[in-house]
Amino acid sequence: MRINPDKCVACGNCTYVCPMGAIYIDPVKNRATINTDECVECYACYNGLSKEKLPPRTVRAVRRFMKIFRTRFEPEPDICPTSAFEPDHLEWPRIVRRAFSDPRVPHESTGVVGRGTEEVKTNDVSGRVGPGEAGFTIEFGRPGVGARFHQIQEMSRALARAGVSFEKNNPIASLMTDVTTSDIRPDILNEKVLSAILEIKVPVERVEEVIRIVWEVEQRIDTVVVLGVGVRCDEDGEDRTVAPILERLGYRLHRAKTNLGLGRPPAAQATTETAVKAGESP
Amino acid sequence: MTNTLHRFGTAESFVDDYVIIAIPAKGKGRQVDPMPALRRFLELALEYGPVNLGDAMHGGAIRPTRAKWMIEHWFPKKHEPDFRAVIDGTTGPTTYAAVFDNREAAEKFVARLKEEDLGLSINISSSLENAKACCDKAGLKRHSIGYSLGFEGIPNHVPNRHVMMLSTMCGHGMISQSLAKKMIDFVKENRRTPDEAVATLCRFCSCGIFNMSRAKRIIEDARKKTF
Repeated sequence: MRINPDKCVACGNCTYVCPMGAIYIDPVKNRATINTDECVECYACYNGLSKEKLPPRTVRAVRRFMKIFRTRFEPEPDICPTSAFEPDHLEWPRIVRRAFSDPRVPHESTGVVGRGTEEVKTNDVSGRVGPGEAGFTIEFGRPGVGARFHQIQEMSRALARAGVSFEKNNPIASLMTDVTTSDIRPDILNEKVLSAILEIKVPVERVEEVIRIVWEVEQRIDTVVVLGVGVRCDEDGEDRTVAPILERLGYRLHRAKTNLGLGRPPAAQATTETAVKAGESP
Repeated sequence: MTNTLHRFGTAESFVDDYVIIAIPAKGKGRQVDPMPALRRFLELALEYGPVNLGDAMHGGAIRPTRAKWMIEHWFPKKHEPDFRAVIDGTTGPTTYAAVFDNREAAEKFVARLKEEDLGLSINISSSLENAKACCDKAGLKRHSIGYSLGFEGIPNHVPNRHVMMLSTMCGHGMISQSLAKKMIDFVKENRRTPDEAVATLCRFCSCGIFNMSRAKRIIEDARKKTF
């Protein structure tokens, strides 16, 4: 992302909307400037700010005039008054930042938008996590911190040493040079992303072991880690295996995503959709 | 995409937070167009009074604007959700979401989804208790559960927890903590109403899962106290 200095009027609105706090008003140039090392190319500024078309020179003159009277030009807080943001052409390895940070860009490896993972949200169709298994999502970087791949690698290596296997259909796994050691491509190790999710699946008996590894590594890396655990319910719609382990480890389980089991594979959807198209109750 | 799973807050703070998500099945062999079912999902949600609707490609019911003329700077901004625009603007299969702020509406919507049998994977992102109640009411047994274990090392009772609650309502991290803080301060100073502040935040959520009712409640709470 770049900010066109000919258009920017240094109103400061964009400095608040950057999730990484990477935009600031340069006191010498008096223009909004991006700290490119911290910018994760999430496009929150470009996609989230409304764009207006005020003439930059006039706005700057008005601002100077108002400053004399100790008053301020105050546009709405979520607009760029002169449409100064312009997407850059991103090349490797910087393009990785956008793939992991802009939720509107689907990950090429999985075809999924957002963070590129589906966890147990489609478990009713994919059967990804079966009875007696636990699917972990280990997310790095949010809220508001970001993560670099060398930090993620520290966690993935620790898990790999414990013999844990990674979900192959996952954006981070697609960047590993060796899935047995979980080494990530060296040319992207210092790239920063807004967040990224490692996915693993283990037998229920190994849940505690995995969590203890995460706790240990999390202390060493300078980012935020957030854990999710997916389980397949029994025939009564209950989880009687993983929840007790998590509670014993001190977690208070209050928020979850609950899959209702209404999904069907594409072929089975055909009948329903034909009926919907025809306006019938399927 | 754990865009709704890891919302910051205690179980009580999710009392008015029901995010219901529809995802079509994937696969190379997919020959069936899931769009009619996904649009039907949104149309059905509309019948039960959602607070937000959206899809992962285009955003929610309050979106940023693109001015064509200079004079638009002085036009008042619209702060109300436009649900019809969300439905009419859908272009392709992705994750679709409907957000409700009360149990009754969410339960009725889930029961209707069961009845309509759209074939989509449906998930409820809320407290365990809320989701279980919806399933029980609809006569559904839960298939799978994805627990949020929270942010490692960040307890629920931290200073500025209002900021965390607001910014984590977009799990993709598009709502910056600085903007959430700024909006709380604007309301404190009476420079913006809570509705205006909430609409401002909502425009940054890229998939329509921002709960405007919960956000308004959080901002109202933060107006008079830090903790």
